[in-house]
Amino acid sequence: MQILSMLARRLIYAAILVFAVLILNFLLIHLAPGDPAEVIAGEMGGATEEVMASIRKAYGLDRPLHEQLGVYLGKTLQGDFGQSFFYNASVTSLILDRIGPTLLLVTTALLFAIGMGTLLGVIASRNPRGIVSNVVTVLSIVGYSAPIFWTGIMLIILLAWVFPIFPISNMRDITLEGGTFRHILDVAHHLVLPAFTLGIVFLAQYSRLTRASMLEVLGSDYVRTARAKGVPERSVFGKHALRNAILPVVTIAGLQFGSIVSGAVLVETVFNWPGLGTLAFQSILARDYPTVLGILFFSSLIVIIMNIVTDFLYRVVDPRIRTSG
Amino acid sequence: MSGHQTDRPLLQVSNLCVEFRTRDGIARVLDEVSLELQPGQTLGIVGESGCGKSMTALSIMRLIPSPPGQITAGEVRLAGEDLLRFDEQRMRDIRGKDISMIFQEPMTSLNPVFTVGDQIAESLRLHEGLSDKEAAARAVKMLKAVGIPEPQARAREYPHQLSGGMRQRVMIAIALACGPKVIIADEPTTALDVTVQAQIFDLLRDLKERTSTAIILITHDMGAIAEMTDRVTVMYAGRVVEEGPVEAILDAPKHPYTQGLIACVPQLDPNPTAERPPLEEIPGVVPALTRLGKGCAFAPRCKYAFERCDQEAPRRVSVDADHRAACWLLEEGTSA
Ligand SMILES: Nc1ncnc2c1ncn2[C@@H]1O[C@H](COP(=O)(O)OP(=O)(O)OP(=O)(O)O)[C@@H](O)[C@H]1O
Ligand SMILES: [Mg+2]
Repeated sequence: MQILSMLARRLIYAAILVFAVLILNFLLIHLAPGDPAEVIAGEMGGATEEVMASIRKAYGLDRPLHEQLGVYLGKTLQGDFGQSFFYNASVTSLILDRIGPTLLLVTTALLFAIGMGTLLGVIASRNPRGIVSNVVTVLSIVGYSAPIFWTGIMLIILLAWVFPIFPISNMRDITLEGGTFRHILDVAHHLVLPAFTLGIVFLAQYSRLTRASMLEVLGSDYVRTARAKGVPERSVFGKHALRNAILPVVTIAGLQFGSIVSGAVLVETVFNWPGLGTLAFQSILARDYPTVLGILFFSSLIVIIMNIVTDFLYRVVDPRIRTSG
Repeated sequence: MSGHQTDRPLLQVSNLCVEFRTRDGIARVLDEVSLELQPGQTLGIVGESGCGKSMTALSIMRLIPSPPGQITAGEVRLAGEDLLRFDEQRMRDIRGKDISMIFQEPMTSLNPVFTVGDQIAESLRLHEGLSDKEAAARAVKMLKAVGIPEPQARAREYPHQLSGGMRQRVMIAIALACGPKVIIADEPTTALDVTVQAQIFDLLRDLKERTSTAIILITHDMGAIAEMTDRVTVMYAGRVVEEGPVEAILDAPKHPYTQGLIACVPQLDPNPTAERPPLEEIPGVVPALTRLGKGCAFAPRCKYAFERCDQEAPRRVSVDADHRAACWLLEEGTSA
């Protein structure tokens, strides 16, 4: 019951947020310099005043801003995000084509960052002055300061060029023949470098956070109780301490989902990964308004959904929230 | 209780030394601490805050945080075997099974993310090899045994859903789960309000009568000492200054520190109209453990101190068959 009322509250909140995102996205894009009609005209080769006017009329660009917004909102509510100027396809179909690879990349990177990050953090906390602990510290400094595209390019040079272990770019080898399994393996092979690049930044943060959080929890009374019960050290760390130390990591991971999605834009561009990121990059360069608006909307939607998921996850891992409303 | 004298002690701590590395140098937190616990007996440990009561308890369990702490000398014999020589694996089998501990802070001593039933069941799975189901059923029985109403439902609750007194009962249930030979209760009631304190002591007393578990009770509550214990060990600055049967310690303390400690306890006045003497207190504070001289640690605060007290630490000497104190006054034959 309580869960349902919370879900209802969350959904109403999410709906308001989605609406706000739609309006904001639209306004932001139209405040940016550059005339979309010119871009379309440029693509078409010529640019007489007449042609420009007809383009504006065809795409509704001659109407006042608030009317354009009204039309936009009305259409989006029906799932219609318009036609792309640039790709000559419907925005919705473009996005649906590209959203899969992005979700694959982002989830893999996130799982890698959380899994590996907490593992490193736990190992580091076992010996706060040991090698792993120092590696975690260095890693997190590098992770914070190195730009994500730089890391990506360095990894390409090292692991796809000097040592050609992984493919340089793209998501699949189009010349590959064979069954589904071969294709899955092929995608996985292509996924390694981009997912690692995107994950490493967050891995650095999660391992540091886990380490700090573990060190705090390890000094707590209930860990002493566990030891006094004769619980083996492995279980003291992996069960009694970690289950508590993971709480801040879950919170931060949920909050950071937005920045992972924006990091994905850079990583996809570097690795030419056929996701929303490359699509966003190209449509921004082409001033392809409908597509950019659509992508912004869908990525906000992903972040909003992920925040709801995190909220629920948090209730699962922390009984104090679950049982007190 | 002198009948116990001839038995082999269940737990015997001898000359235990614990040192902590601190910024100010090495702190000798326990200095040649010795104590004995006979089967079925209750031993009280008293002394001012910081005198090493908890450290003694943790050393017996070998749970001193290390680093910075370290047991540097001594023995802890349980039924004759020196626990300090056990490897970690064997020591784990002792903890929670042969010796268990109840801590001062019921609010923070239970893990917030597991149900109380699970936390009791864990000991049973570890030490008794019970299956999940058997352990869960036994956990409910344990909750019932420590006087928790609706144990079935309570077992599924989390620590934050219980009151402080309830949580301490859960801690006691965990400690009792595997039928230990020794329970160490480190100020089990300090964090609770007065009525709940009485209930917890009742529970411990009841438990003592039903099972033959020996108890080490660390407390500031002299009333509880009088009611619950058979023998008392008095500690000061990491040393045992006096130990003996509870009646002797309370009625005829030999060490000036014990005398001061007992004089500090407000007495219920049987004759309220009479002029009552002001409550005494021991002047001064406990010295820093990193700067203990070679003399008696209590000398700077002792009103009877003389030359020798500053130069040499007194040994424990017998004042009675089973009553010992460490004070030069006793050796000089001029009892205070
Ligand atoms: N991590 C540590 N580093 C240095 N000294 C410590 C450390 N932990 C405890 N001590 C010292 O050990 C001494 C004994 O502490 P202990 O906790 O045993 O006192 P206690 O008698 O239980 O006091 P209380 O009645 O307050 O519980 C204290 O003087 C304390 O300063
Ligand atoms: Mg203490």
